[in-house]
Amino acid sequence: MIEAFTEPLRYEFFRMGLAVSILVGLLCGLIGVYVVLRRMSYIGHGLSHAVFGGAVVAYVASVDFYLGAGAWGFFSALIINAVARRRRIGADAAIGIVTTASFAVGVALISRTRSFTTNFEAALFGNILGVTPLDLGVVTGVTLLVAAFILLFYKRLLFVTFDPEVAPIFGIRAGLVDSLFALALAATIVASINVVGVTLIAATLIIPATTARLMTESFGRMLVLSAFLGAFSGGLGIYLSYWLDISSGATIVLLESAIFVLVFVVDALLGRRNVWAPAPPTRRSETAAYDD
Amino acid sequence: MTHAARAGEPPLVRFAAVSCSYGRATVLDSVDLEIPRGALVGVVGPSGAGKTTLLRAIVGGVPRMRGVVTVDGRPVTGPRSARVGWVPQLETVDWDFPATVREVVCMGRWGRAPWRAWMTREDRAAADAVLDRLGVGGLGDRQIRQLSGGQQQRVFLARALISDPVLLLLDEPTSGVDIRTRDEVLHLLADLNRTGMTIVMTTHELNSVAAHLPWVVCVNRRIVAEGDPERIFTAEILNATYEADLRIVRQDGAILVADAAPHRLRSALRHSHDGYEHAHHEHEGDPHIHDHDHAHRHEPVPHAHADGSVHVHEEPRS
Repeated sequence: MIEAFTEPLRYEFFRMGLAVSILVGLLCGLIGVYVVLRRMSYIGHGLSHAVFGGAVVAYVASVDFYLGAGAWGFFSALIINAVARRRRIGADAAIGIVTTASFAVGVALISRTRSFTTNFEAALFGNILGVTPLDLGVVTGVTLLVAAFILLFYKRLLFVTFDPEVAPIFGIRAGLVDSLFALALAATIVASINVVGVTLIAATLIIPATTARLMTESFGRMLVLSAFLGAFSGGLGIYLSYWLDISSGATIVLLESAIFVLVFVVDALLGRRNVWAPAPPTRRSETAAYDD
Repeated sequence: MTHAARAGEPPLVRFAAVSCSYGRATVLDSVDLEIPRGALVGVVGPSGAGKTTLLRAIVGGVPRMRGVVTVDGRPVTGPRSARVGWVPQLETVDWDFPATVREVVCMGRWGRAPWRAWMTREDRAAADAVLDRLGVGGLGDRQIRQLSGGQQQRVFLARALISDPVLLLLDEPTSGVDIRTRDEVLHLLADLNRTGMTIVMTTHELNSVAAHLPWVVCVNRRIVAEGDPERIFTAEILNATYEADLRIVRQDGAILVADAAPHRLRSALRHSHDGYEHAHHEHEGDPHIHDHDHAHRHEPVPHAHADGSVHVHEEPRS
């Protein structure tokens, strides 16, 4: 049994992959809490596609992948914010337009230069075997920066996430917080892309956070649980991927999904929420039933 | 201190030629207004007439503004400059958010000392003290959904009061709550006012809320009138405010604002649908019901067109 865990550690590529995917799980788990609570789930999906466009452009223009894709992702996030503020355009449509157009730029460039298909298959579906020391360094750096950001801006982020309209009235600079958050999200996606791939990043952002939400009513605990679930799934997922010879990104996401289903079922059986019933009422007249 | 204005003292809030606009639409047009210390003021007016914008201008929350608003003699330049407590419309709150009562109340302090990630013992003590003061001590560890309507309103009042403001602003504090909660909230505000707190609130409920307040400001892009509702709730003033056809009934010292031609609306609604006779019940004085679209506007739920700030921003009146 122990042998099964120690055996793959002999290979450097595995040790590297293990470290990177634990960090990516932790990182996505942390940022995912804010993404889920702000009901921005779709933005994770969209931004990863936008970043793909940026990665291709960076490749063609011979710019460093992390620099090019990171800047592209950050500006996509800002443009989405700006477009979504226009009247008559919903945030979901804004995300759809900006990120799909950006993805299409990548596809268009690839179709003209057919020489680098394998690299981009890795970008789409993730390739843990191809992780380099540079990747590990970037993931470590981004994780530290994002953790520092969350720690320093904890209260402001929480207020802006809870009530974006009212936070500025209480003296929170919501514009600054939103921009920094967009930067952190873009950095997270760029750092994770090599491990889980464009198509699966949204899941690693959303599933641990959603699972954690089912387990607690406290924001602080949700943050810790989500990060732990992400890191745990990242670590165990890499082993499963090695043992079963399945793509790393898919394994991590499937493991996270399995944990989610388990927690969901337990939560339903414990009767804390009747998951099959319609959503609970929001009206105060009805919540008055809790009055004591 | 009483809620009455004290002679000779400068006003707590002063609007000097304040105009606000969203896009091309002017929401407030050259407004002059003074709110004395210790006042309890209701702001009324039709949807989109600038009620919420008026409140937001006091906290520097309006992007494009001309003129000057001063609080306590100092001009408002941004949200940090004024010591003002804000209570949002409860309908805009995300009640499923994983936050406890104490966490929400402490948010009121975070504009000033936000660098520490955790709550200090002092934060907790301050939150518990203000919750106690509002009669909801001991609920600090509850998730915010697990409260009654009156308790929820008290939690957000506590968040506004924790930073010891000189002025309390409430956006539609009675919108979407049941009658019992509405009375509870109004009594609570009266108690706070009695301790000297200056309070300004918006409301779209003329009969059940505004008519009981000591001072009411009628807004429709400009200040149409202000004063004791006993005096200013006249057909002339309210019709100018709401651009509607209203009738004022005074009986035994009570004021009732009613639709001047309820039978017209009644027959229009009955014509297309039966069984909505209660539709008009809480819509006293709401002009656009009987202006147009009779057949399509018979939502029986009174808050369906509650005058939320979102609507004010999105659909300014032309």
